[in-house]
Amino acid sequence: MQPLVILWTDALIFLLLAGALGFGFYASRREHLRAPWRFVIRSRVGLGTLVVLSFYLLIGLLDSVHFHPPADPAGRDGGTLHSSEVISLFDHLVSGLRSRQEKTYSAPLATHLYAKETIELADGSTVRDYPRLEYGGAHLADPERDWLWSVLGLSLIGILKGLALSLVLGNLLLIFLTLRRGCSFEFVAREVLGGRCAIPWRTGLFVLTLLLVLGMWSAELASKFHLLGTDKVGEDVFYQALKSIRTGLLIGTLTTLVMLPAAILLGIMAGYFRGWVDDLIQYLYTTLNSIPGVLLIAAAILMLQIYMSNHAEEFNSLVERADLRLLFLCLILGVTSWTGLCRLLRGEALKLREVDYVQAATAFGVGHFQIITRHILPNVLHIVLITVVLDFSGLVLAEAVLSYVNIGVDPTMNSWGNMINSARLEMAREPVVWWSLAAAMIFMFTLVLSANLFSDVVRDAFDPRLRSSR
Amino acid sequence: MNRTLLRVEQLTTVLEGGTRPLHPVDGVDLEIRRGETFALLGESGCGKSMTALSIMRLLPPVGRVAGGNVWLGESNLLDLPETAMRLERGGRVGMIFQEPMTSLNPVLNIGEQIAESVRLHDPGSLPRLRQRVTELLQAVGIPDPARRAGEYPHQLSGGMKQRVMIAIALAGRPELLIADEPTTALDVTIQAQVLGLLKSLQQQTGMAILLITHDLGIVAEMADRVAVMYAGQIVETAPVAEFFGRDGHPYSRKLFDSLPGQEKRAARLAVIRGSVPSLASDFPGCRFAERCDRVMARCRGEAPGWRVTGPGRGMRCHLAETPWEAAVELSGRAGPGIAPAAPDVATAQSDRHGEQLSVEGLRVHFPIRQGVLRRTVGHVRAVDGVSFEIPPGRTLALVGESGCGKTTVGKGVLQLIRPSEGSVRFGADELTRLTGAALRRRRSLLQIIFQDPFSSMNPRMLVGDIIAEGMRAQGVGETPAGRRERVRQLLTQVGLDAGAAERYPHEFSGGQRQRICVARALAVQPRLIVCDEPTSALDVSVQAQILNLLGDLQRELGLSYLFITHNLSVVAYLAHEVAVMYLGRIVERGTVEEVLQAPRHPYTRALLSAVPVVDPEGRREVIRLEGDMPSPSDPPTGCHFHPRCPEAEPACAGSYPRVTRLSATHCVSCLRVGGAGAD
Repeated sequence: MQPLVILWTDALIFLLLAGALGFGFYASRREHLRAPWRFVIRSRVGLGTLVVLSFYLLIGLLDSVHFHPPADPAGRDGGTLHSSEVISLFDHLVSGLRSRQEKTYSAPLATHLYAKETIELADGSTVRDYPRLEYGGAHLADPERDWLWSVLGLSLIGILKGLALSLVLGNLLLIFLTLRRGCSFEFVAREVLGGRCAIPWRTGLFVLTLLLVLGMWSAELASKFHLLGTDKVGEDVFYQALKSIRTGLLIGTLTTLVMLPAAILLGIMAGYFRGWVDDLIQYLYTTLNSIPGVLLIAAAILMLQIYMSNHAEEFNSLVERADLRLLFLCLILGVTSWTGLCRLLRGEALKLREVDYVQAATAFGVGHFQIITRHILPNVLHIVLITVVLDFSGLVLAEAVLSYVNIGVDPTMNSWGNMINSARLEMAREPVVWWSLAAAMIFMFTLVLSANLFSDVVRDAFDPRLRSSR
Repeated sequence: MNRTLLRVEQLTTVLEGGTRPLHPVDGVDLEIRRGETFALLGESGCGKSMTALSIMRLLPPVGRVAGGNVWLGESNLLDLPETAMRLERGGRVGMIFQEPMTSLNPVLNIGEQIAESVRLHDPGSLPRLRQRVTELLQAVGIPDPARRAGEYPHQLSGGMKQRVMIAIALAGRPELLIADEPTTALDVTIQAQVLGLLKSLQQQTGMAILLITHDLGIVAEMADRVAVMYAGQIVETAPVAEFFGRDGHPYSRKLFDSLPGQEKRAARLAVIRGSVPSLASDFPGCRFAERCDRVMARCRGEAPGWRVTGPGRGMRCHLAETPWEAAVELSGRAGPGIAPAAPDVATAQSDRHGEQLSVEGLRVHFPIRQGVLRRTVGHVRAVDGVSFEIPPGRTLALVGESGCGKTTVGKGVLQLIRPSEGSVRFGADELTRLTGAALRRRRSLLQIIFQDPFSSMNPRMLVGDIIAEGMRAQGVGETPAGRRERVRQLLTQVGLDAGAAERYPHEFSGGQRQRICVARALAVQPRLIVCDEPTSALDVSVQAQILNLLGDLQRELGLSYLFITHNLSVVAYLAHEVAVMYLGRIVERGTVEEVLQAPRHPYTRALLSAVPVVDPEGRREVIRLEGDMPSPSDPPTGCHFHPRCPEAEPACAGSYPRVTRLSATHCVSCLRVGGAGAD
């Protein structure tokens, strides 16, 4: 058995990453592509949200490297034995969070369960009370007395660690800038902290510090407590929310990867060739658009489920099953969402085919394929980019909605949608369990808000009509 | 002094927002008297419109007036609170803009739009609002005003819309009308109508007009006094008669010299080198010094002050200090500017071995489809039977108003639009029958230069790649290195720096871009170039540069041109033959002398007479054409022109007149010329 497991979605996400890096390299040598990105970097909102998004991306990527962990006892015949379980690099890093499972619900930072149980006391008598948690606050001798001090102490350590880390990173940045510009460290530091640089490093550093402090703080607390409580089966909610990041990112990006080829190709073809090609493509997307998307998605997911239950032997682990379902969801979401971009591109191509430079190319006898790739495609790329970035947050939200109606990702997979779905019952319960929902909301909200703000900046940078008014 | 209506003193406007603040208006003084027409003349980017907007306080958000005074009568417009200023706009000061298409609200009928202005600025007329609207429409010469008031802007033609704009401006009974390039977007015959209308309105109401224009012809015909603006400053002011008569600022002189015309045919046009400087730069000396060919050492170091050179005249030039006689001597009107060029006909004759373009009965019909099944219910006859030949090394000018199908002819010849009928032969090939790869191979023979130098190049490509694109497609120049070398040659040939290949199109000015377009067309060694209004988006001085370039190339390479234009002075300068188009058909064709000197078709005559001319002696009696060109989807019966023709007879409505040959080269389609007998 191979220790490294490459799931379908892992492969695709790293393919996408390679594609993005390739595009970055391509764009860095072309001024008309570089200038808008420079604008994005130089805007405060752009840089700030970029820092936030890269935190999410980092967790998502760490969570996309899967392997079989070595089984606990070392192999008898020299080699290590690998368990059949599949975990990710991220799981490995936060293994504490994963393994410390309680019995059932417990509130954030609690030391006791959220449900009363019959506890057998030392003298044999029983009493109904909230039992102590197995892991959360287990280090405390007397929870009532030490809890506050422990939380405060851990917070302080966390914050100090965060500050120290950001101080190191900040200085590294300053040294990098000093080396690049070739002037004194002191001068660069004053420029950066005074906010006089072209790139708002100060804002970037501020957001970075904030995130690092927050991150270290939660890491410290999570090491001794359940930061966001536990769910019905006692799993750490904070861990679930972190694991959901990968699902959200995947849905947001892979769907785009699926829909882009169809949307770009068909959209440009329809606009460029006109005639029956246009009619055909238009009918295709009008028809597709008039089928309710949820219906299509439900049908596709149900079909997949039947396939999986009939061919259970093809799947080595639960993770692989869940992964295939996620991939399928991305595919089907892509199929239902390419029409919007396709329509936009058709309109743009209709306009561009009549533009003088396309006419001039025709007069040179340049072939259709060349005209499309050299003249039309580069001139619609800004629309593609804007749509992709704008769609991202919509897709993350769509996943939540679909999981809520049970046609989203696999129930065993961590996703914000599943968390919200389970919260349906938790909210109806007395006393209310609010932390699953709250955790999902906080993480999703931060991601979607920064994605939206970022896409606003990107659109401003790439939209030629807005560019003139700047 | 009490005759002064508007006095602008040291007006300075700043546009912030860029990397450096721009000064589009930099210390402008002007004075407009009651009832006169004052023209503000200059190339684009000189600050003419900004001056008008500053007077009206309608600057864009990044702009502000940095200093100066604007006195309208007794009130200083720059000191008024915004509420009072709103009453002045459209009240005492009316304004009309260049684009009548975008200045009207498309969802309100025109009666309401005029009424709105009446309500605001002419409360006295409120009780008889409808009547007043009708009066105004009548005043601007719109027939059947009561019915027209209920129509929406899209139902009106461009000329009509501009009339409605004028009616709106008149509603407030203005004392001053600011007309910002009021006819630039209109055809010559419509331009003549609108200018005539402005003149007669001025006589009736006694209002003053501030006319902003770049057209010297319009200045000569309309204005009483003229101010020339250059790079944010007024460089010369003069009464019109003297302005065109005697020597003035070198810039004004150069503008006259760069105007094309028949008398300059054999020579290169005088050009002003370079282009208008950026308004963000600092000017230590004279702003025109870099482009002036009479520049002195002093001009670069010391900015010239304003000097009065005569009654009502003044200019901003160090030359104004030298006595006039000396200045005249120095300039030498026909001197260095107009260099004689080699006679072109001889070269053309020697190049007869090349291929000839012949077009026979070319028709381009666009189907009009309606209903669910998209059935064809009719055709737009954009081009309806056009025939001509262009021998090698010659230029045929295709002249006509917009919408007459000239551009479609050009694209039909190039097979960019496949003709519905007819033949286009070039050399031995029948282009209309070629398809696919065979057509693609022949494409290098025929090339095109477009009107708009901004949209004719892919903004995402380097200039070098743009020029090399055709070479790659046609397989000219085998190696990339060879192609790069050829690109450098071509750039030098059109008068650009070879380093331009490494830059993007947006880094160049309009004229430079048009040169790149010429280089791109030349890259595949064409024999004929369709020039689709190549200079109409350019300023006069830049136009001269491009026309010279085209002329030189024709002499050197023996190219033929199909020159599509509406500018008759360009035709007179560079064409050998002229074909006048009206509604998809050629109504008159002949050599340039025949058509321009002795036009026979009434439409040609009307077209020629409508062109504003600088020289008062060259002016003809303007033949006013009524109405607009009919739609090509539903042309009038008989002669297409008869509903507008001042000489129409009842017979004209009967059948389309046959072509009458007046000489070997000159033919006309008119019943009155051909006489009876046309079927």
